[in-house]
Amino acid sequence: MVSTPLPEPPPRLWRNPEPKRHYDVVIVGSGGHGLATAYYLARNHGIRDVAVLERGWLAGGNMARNTTIIRSNYLFDESAALYDHALSLWEQLPAELDYDFLLSQRGVLNLAHTEQEVRDSRRRVFANQLNGIDAEWVEPAEIAELCPILNLSADVRYPVLGATLQRRGGIAKHDHVAWAFARKADEMGVDLIQGCEVTGFRLDGDRVTGVETSLGPIGAGRVALAAAGRTSLLTDQLGLRLPLQSHPLQALVSELLEPVHPCVVMSNHVHVYCSQAHKGELVLGAGIDSYNGYGQRGSVHVIERQMAAALELFPIFARAHVIRTWAGTVDVTPDASPIIGPTPYENLYLNCGWGTGGFKATPGVGWVYAHTIATGRPHPLNVPYGLERFTTGALIDEHGAAAVAH
Amino acid sequence: MLLIHCPWCGDRDEAEFRYGGQAHVDFPENPAELDDAAWAEYLFVRDNPRGSFHERWVHTAGCRRWFDVVRDTATNEMRPEKVVP
Ligand SMILES: Cc1cc2nc3c(=O)[nH]c(=O)nc-3n(C[C@H](O)[C@H](O)[C@H](O)COP(=O)(O)OP(=O)(O)OC[C@H]3O[C@@H](n4cnc5c(N)ncnc54)[C@H](O)[C@@H]3O)c2cc1C
Ligand SMILES: [Zn+2]
Repeated sequence: MVSTPLPEPPPRLWRNPEPKRHYDVVIVGSGGHGLATAYYLARNHGIRDVAVLERGWLAGGNMARNTTIIRSNYLFDESAALYDHALSLWEQLPAELDYDFLLSQRGVLNLAHTEQEVRDSRRRVFANQLNGIDAEWVEPAEIAELCPILNLSADVRYPVLGATLQRRGGIAKHDHVAWAFARKADEMGVDLIQGCEVTGFRLDGDRVTGVETSLGPIGAGRVALAAAGRTSLLTDQLGLRLPLQSHPLQALVSELLEPVHPCVVMSNHVHVYCSQAHKGELVLGAGIDSYNGYGQRGSVHVIERQMAAALELFPIFARAHVIRTWAGTVDVTPDASPIIGPTPYENLYLNCGWGTGGFKATPGVGWVYAHTIATGRPHPLNVPYGLERFTTGALIDEHGAAAVAH
Repeated sequence: MLLIHCPWCGDRDEAEFRYGGQAHVDFPENPAELDDAAWAEYLFVRDNPRGSFHERWVHTAGCRRWFDVVRDTATNEMRPEKVVP
């Protein structure tokens, strides 16, 4: 058996233009979200005088560091609607973007290890079904068929009592997703500008009129933040305080192995998740490090615990070697849901707070954020995600509800 | 892995501690007078600097006491907020 070969990138993906002095829309951050937003601004709204400004290199932030899991089996209606919109877009995007980014709908199993988790998981399956989202509750015997390498013994500390299964869930090759959006956005006239750090805003009263950057000031009709873990560093300069805390989130990969792991397995209780990448690496992650940090490195004990949990679930991996560990900087909100919408500053828009789970939302958030920027008002799908929910108390508390993070 | 200095027990491994977030966030003095925005600020909004951050840790696996430190959130360098006599 051999693993899946990766598709060859096309010879030219995007131009490297000099920034103009003014754009209709300036997007800060060229992660997946910034790129998808630029794409849908051009495609859905005909707004093509757009720049995406990136302090580092294109899609080198969390987009390059995530574990690529895609699913939409969230509990609450607001979350289910947004993430399933994204999943429906994922399913048509390889054709639309004319780019094979290896979307692999291999199924996502969320394991339950306690009686309470069984009840919570079944509740989530029912909620998903009521929302028209594919979801099944599977018993250990069926899990053994879906993922034969899982340890389903009753003698382990936290035996597997069952799992939810979303068959449409899976993984996609994250770098290629970014390049696919970048190429199409570039073709439609969007300027993708790397090595351009946004350092502040230009203001006329409470109206944002542009940004200050390491390449000089750039005027903008509208400014849309998509800067993930560094968002509050920017809004702090406006005195706009956001309910965000930036944390390290780590992941690791093994060497390349033959394809043995047929799906994605996540466990909230022992807190690890694992899938096998297209080339063959095992990709593993757990939760955030407890403390705030921008260092893009986390603590060893977090990785130790996640590997111990993985080994109990997958004894077959006992001799696999860790090849690489890394961390991103993720911005976590008090209710573990993102913030997408306008701000008290005219012409300034927010897309942040995705914490550990925003990759799966990439096309969905690009779609609704582009709508918000183009019309000045949220799309129906992101109405509940405004900043005001922290004042009204209408939180979308997916922390405990959505199984393991990510 | 952080090496954290407990003022009572000395240098210990991070795994012995729990994180308590930003230091000096006091319960509002006149809670009845707070409007919704002020409550939101108190409940949900904390500083999130890249650089010096005054924060709390508790030595759960040791003396179980809380203390404040100043940590640089970019480099993880830590120093005591004030020297305990
Ligand atoms: C280890 C790890 C595992 C994860 N696993 C998953 C998963 O399995 N599934 C899932 O759905 N999600 C996962 N995530 C979360 C996901 O990666 C993020 O939610 C998502 O990438 C956020 O998208 P983004 O485009 O906003 O962020 P990013 O890709 O981080 O993009 C933000 C960009 O803004 C740039 N920027 C910041 N400040 C400035 C500035 N001042 N000027 C110019 N540019 C700036 C940054 O350099 C960066 O490129 C994971 C994250 C990590 C770290
Ligand atoms: Zn102590």
